[in-house]
Amino acid sequence: MAISLKSLPEEEFVAPGRGGCAGCPAVLGARMASKVLGKNTIQVTSTGCMCVNYGYYAATRFPFVHTLFENAGSIISGIDAALKARGEREGINLFAYCGDGGTVDIGLQALSGAVERGHRFLYICYDNEGYMNTGTQRSGATPPGARTSTTPVSEISPGEGRPFRRKKDMVRIMAAHGIPYAASASLAYPLDYLRKIKKAIAIDGPTFIHLQSPCLNGWGLAESQGVAVARLAVETCVFPLYEVEEGRVLNINVKPREKKPVTEYLQVQGRFRHLFTPRWQGEIAKFQAEVDRNWEMLLALEQATGSRGNQ
Amino acid sequence: MTRCFISGSMAVAEAAQLAGVQVIAAYPITPQTGIVEALARKVATGLLGAEMIPVESEHSALSAVVGASLAGARAFTATSSQGLALMHEVLPYASGLRLPIVMAVANRSLASPVTIFNDHQDSLPERDSGWIQVYVENAQEAFDYLLIAYRVAEDAQVLLPFMVCLDGFSVSHTYEPVDIPAVELVNTFLPPFRANYPHLDLAEPKVFNVMAFPEHFEEFQRDKHESNRKVLGLLNEVYDHFARVFGRRRQNLEAYRVEDAELVLVGMGSMMGTVRGVVDDLRARGQKVGMVRMVCFRPLPVQEIQAVLQGAGAIGVLDRDVSFGAGGILYQDIARSMYNSQGKRVPAVNFIAGLGGRDVNPATIQKCFYRLASVASSGYITSAEELQWPDENEALLRAWGVGDKHGN
Ligand SMILES: Cc1ncc(C[n+]2csc(CCOP(=O)(O)OP(=O)(O)O)c2C)c(N)n1
Repeated sequence: MAISLKSLPEEEFVAPGRGGCAGCPAVLGARMASKVLGKNTIQVTSTGCMCVNYGYYAATRFPFVHTLFENAGSIISGIDAALKARGEREGINLFAYCGDGGTVDIGLQALSGAVERGHRFLYICYDNEGYMNTGTQRSGATPPGARTSTTPVSEISPGEGRPFRRKKDMVRIMAAHGIPYAASASLAYPLDYLRKIKKAIAIDGPTFIHLQSPCLNGWGLAESQGVAVARLAVETCVFPLYEVEEGRVLNINVKPREKKPVTEYLQVQGRFRHLFTPRWQGEIAKFQAEVDRNWEMLLALEQATGSRGNQ
Repeated sequence: MTRCFISGSMAVAEAAQLAGVQVIAAYPITPQTGIVEALARKVATGLLGAEMIPVESEHSALSAVVGASLAGARAFTATSSQGLALMHEVLPYASGLRLPIVMAVANRSLASPVTIFNDHQDSLPERDSGWIQVYVENAQEAFDYLLIAYRVAEDAQVLLPFMVCLDGFSVSHTYEPVDIPAVELVNTFLPPFRANYPHLDLAEPKVFNVMAFPEHFEEFQRDKHESNRKVLGLLNEVYDHFARVFGRRRQNLEAYRVEDAELVLVGMGSMMGTVRGVVDDLRARGQKVGMVRMVCFRPLPVQEIQAVLQGAGAIGVLDRDVSFGAGGILYQDIARSMYNSQGKRVPAVNFIAGLGGRDVNPATIQKCFYRLASVASSGYITSAEELQWPDENEALLRAWGVGDKHGN
């Protein structure tokens, strides 16, 4: 299932006049997704940046619910059931677009319940790796070593101090529910991202896409750097692009010809600046080791389960 | 009309079916479980053509029902106790979105310590959530108020969610004869659903739950309040209609033998049946006592309260709840209703009883009336007399050193 940029409609569903930061990658992600979803879409978004973005000036052309922080999964379940009960479910895309906090932390239960029950919707988590709307606090998706306002850096604190597991692996958590489709995606690989959305919405069941969405302010990036950093995340294998079908078949979608060292990803971000000081530079090797381990694991999983060429 | 011998829970399920609810989302908890199970059977056997969402928590139950209502369906949920507490965050969200959701609450107290038994400690603290609240006495009332609830909640001048509270076990599990009308008759009182409020509509996209800054927020709250107040008048019209259709009359409060009563006891729920019996007994012995059973608690029918308590020489309020550090929750509302009334100021005593399922029996009620009589004759009350625990276990209070030093 391929997709071409030319096939996307000119029509905009994300209206001008939003309240977000200039250059915000999460808005870009929503705008791109909206073009594949098309106008017969109902969107829900949990409390976070995208609600501040959309909620005051109604900057979306989709019927839109700003849910509570943790109930996007259950609100969308109710919408799905109501449309079915009214005989109006056909031809409507139900779309959740929620932050990592609303997905991997406080909203995990509701999302888990919704996919377990088999409601039909596409859930995209825009992962900016922290609670950004409230001013850059850590989340369960914040990478180790990152400075946030609740994981400050000091002589005795390296920033986020969770043991070196990469972070909650939401794609595999969703895949473990046995849902038809779960994938990661990057703004730097738009065709891959759009293809995944197209594939997901054709499926009669719950589907999940984890979109890495650099936060300019929270990560310490220049306005123009969002997509470039997202690309580095894939090229260093910090954020691998893969998909899992039916909870079993794992395929990696992008394999960098030459895996770049994580320093290339870390050094361009303000939140990791302290890792380049004598006190904390030892953390970089641990970061690299963890990325390597994770990448090896994905390769092995693909080797064991993948069905090359089914894209 | 069929007369059935069913429990309060089953009566609620029958009413939900006859109301033609389209989406149900609920999570089991004692003593509400019977309601969910009865509805699940109806859906599984095709008696009720609704979507039933077996959610993973009460927070999600109410959230799913919010989603369903936003998508234009008549939606229902039910819960108790810890489940209602878990919904706390979603309650004002639902009322702020102006969704005509109906929820049955089988009242049970809150942990800790753990109890599964009845008092009103779960729903009374939710009085400020913007929901309409009624407290019923028996299974028939539970049935009737569920239909009334949809009718009122969906009225264009209201559009607020509605909580029908029935006592856990004493109503939810007690089998009683209940008159169940035919669906055609119900349809004349509560027509099949058509969403008459802003909802998710592809033809007219809208944003729900916008941000409101200080220059707007207060008016949103004010509107919720004014609409809630309108419910009082509307309920009285709806009771008329209900009586015409079903031949039974419902009311915001029941005043029993208060006309010439010197001592009046006010309370809510199933225990008021016992109060009615004691009133009859004491009347037979020549004592001028009466009872007021509050049904509609939010909105608070202040004028009706004033009208029925006007002539009393002393008022007792029997609370099946505690606002810790203050006293009963109902008492606060009755006292403030009377403070601004026209009549003379009379002593008001607050009785707390029946917590965590402790039986409220005729002896309890007699003690309340005796205390009221002594306060009425002395003419004024001290703060110590204001709060009474008629069924306190003195031996236990002493043995445990209740209210004394805690810890090691
Ligand atoms: C129950 C609850 N707890 C906390 C908050 C405060 N809060 C609002 S948004 C937010 C963080 C959102 O983080 P995320 O989901 O990652 O989205 P982002 O802001 O990064 O877009 C928090 C903590 C809340 N609104 N509700």
